[in-house]
Amino acid sequence: MELKDKIRKFIENNLVVFEDEAEFEDSDNIFEMGFVNSLFAMKLVNYIESEMGIQVANDDLEISNFNSVDRIAEFINTKGGGAPSQ
Amino acid sequence: MSDTSDQEQIVAEAKKFAAEEIRPFAADFEEQAAIPKDLIDKMAQKGYLSASFPKEWGGLGLDPVYYGLLTEEIGKACASTRGLITVHTSLVGEAIVRWGSREQKEKWLPLMTSGKKIACFALTEPLVGTDARSVQTTYRKEGAKYIINGSKKWITCGCIADYFLVVAGGEKGIGAFLVEREFGGITTTPIKGLLAGRAAHIAEIEFEDVEVPAENIIGKEGSGFTYVVNTALDHGRYSIAWGGIGIAGEALDNMVTYSRQRSQFGRKLYKHQLIQGIIGDAVTKTHAGRALCLRAGEMRRDGHPDAVMETTIAKYFTSKIAMEITIDAVQVHGGNGCYNRYPVERLFREAKILEIIEGTSQVQQEIISSFGLRRYYRV
Repeated sequence: MELKDKIRKFIENNLVVFEDEAEFEDSDNIFEMGFVNSLFAMKLVNYIESEMGIQVANDDLEISNFNSVDRIAEFINTKGGGAPSQ
Repeated sequence: MSDTSDQEQIVAEAKKFAAEEIRPFAADFEEQAAIPKDLIDKMAQKGYLSASFPKEWGGLGLDPVYYGLLTEEIGKACASTRGLITVHTSLVGEAIVRWGSREQKEKWLPLMTSGKKIACFALTEPLVGTDARSVQTTYRKEGAKYIINGSKKWITCGCIADYFLVVAGGEKGIGAFLVEREFGGITTTPIKGLLAGRAAHIAEIEFEDVEVPAENIIGKEGSGFTYVVNTALDHGRYSIAWGGIGIAGEALDNMVTYSRQRSQFGRKLYKHQLIQGIIGDAVTKTHAGRALCLRAGEMRRDGHPDAVMETTIAKYFTSKIAMEITIDAVQVHGGNGCYNRYPVERLFREAKILEIIEGTSQVQQEIISSFGLRRYYRV
């Protein structure tokens, strides 16, 4: 599965709105759109670390790193992580 | 992380420690409104104040499953003593382990491990409980320092704490600060007249122009709630989930023992079928709750993406069944159950607290419902 697909699937599994209310592009800010909440942000960091094999540092704790599929993928790539093959 | 046999041995020792050093004195602790300092020191020597911390930081290196089992043993013996572990180790310690810088860990964790410094989690305020994002305690940056002002309430171990993980709002949003008592400007007042947690040194705290060095912020300004508070509360809920099983199990032990020793109408209580019904339900609920806790622990250990939700479910369930089982345990004891010479009287009061702290049951229900409405939808 491609990295962005994997990220999108994780987001879809953690929405705070119903699936049919949550159409979003890879560039859309999912926090501003109200599709996820702050608990999601914490879970996302745990997910990235356990699934992508990277360490999220204090300095990385900017919501802008995690507010869209594109930004999350960019963050993971910058950190040298990636989706394990399935 | 320790290997399995080492971890089993640590939990077995904790059970023995609780039986010898805590359970016989739990009622006295309440009477004296204090967990004795020498008990805290002994727990520190045993490593129970840092059982979940990595060995690198002086902890016992228990994985979440065994840390939960240890929490259960302490909580079974005394809820207030378990409260110390919940705030010191789970809420504050785990937040530092997760989000502290290397320098912060090197400075604070060894002192917390040794018990030389006790930590508490200062989130709740006189006017802010469940709606934790609305904290009114403030911070402002002045040069290389933050200035903190505000009040906190219902803070477990607040009276004896040396470190306060303070959640405050400011220009960039919510921040989490490790405030040391010696900074000055901090007043802690014991709260009397409590339903339960009477030995847990619960305090109201005033912060008046407390000057905190910039290096004492955990995480970043504005990320305090999203990352630090959520992490702390997640660990806190996991601890409370096991605390619930501890109370439920202790009430079950007492209920069963009493029913086998007490006679009415010429036969032991347990021979009455309605009492058997109560015991059967209590056994089933306790086993179900422990299974949920173990599952949550395994998911946390394995980094499962649903571990946070499973922890929430476990916390909600065990706090609920702890209340139900302690109500039944008092009922089985009859008049004696309303008397503080019998542990079920205390357990009954302690159980209620678990339905309120680390997120009320009603908030947990909303979160679990939101999860279920998506996870189990079929078209």
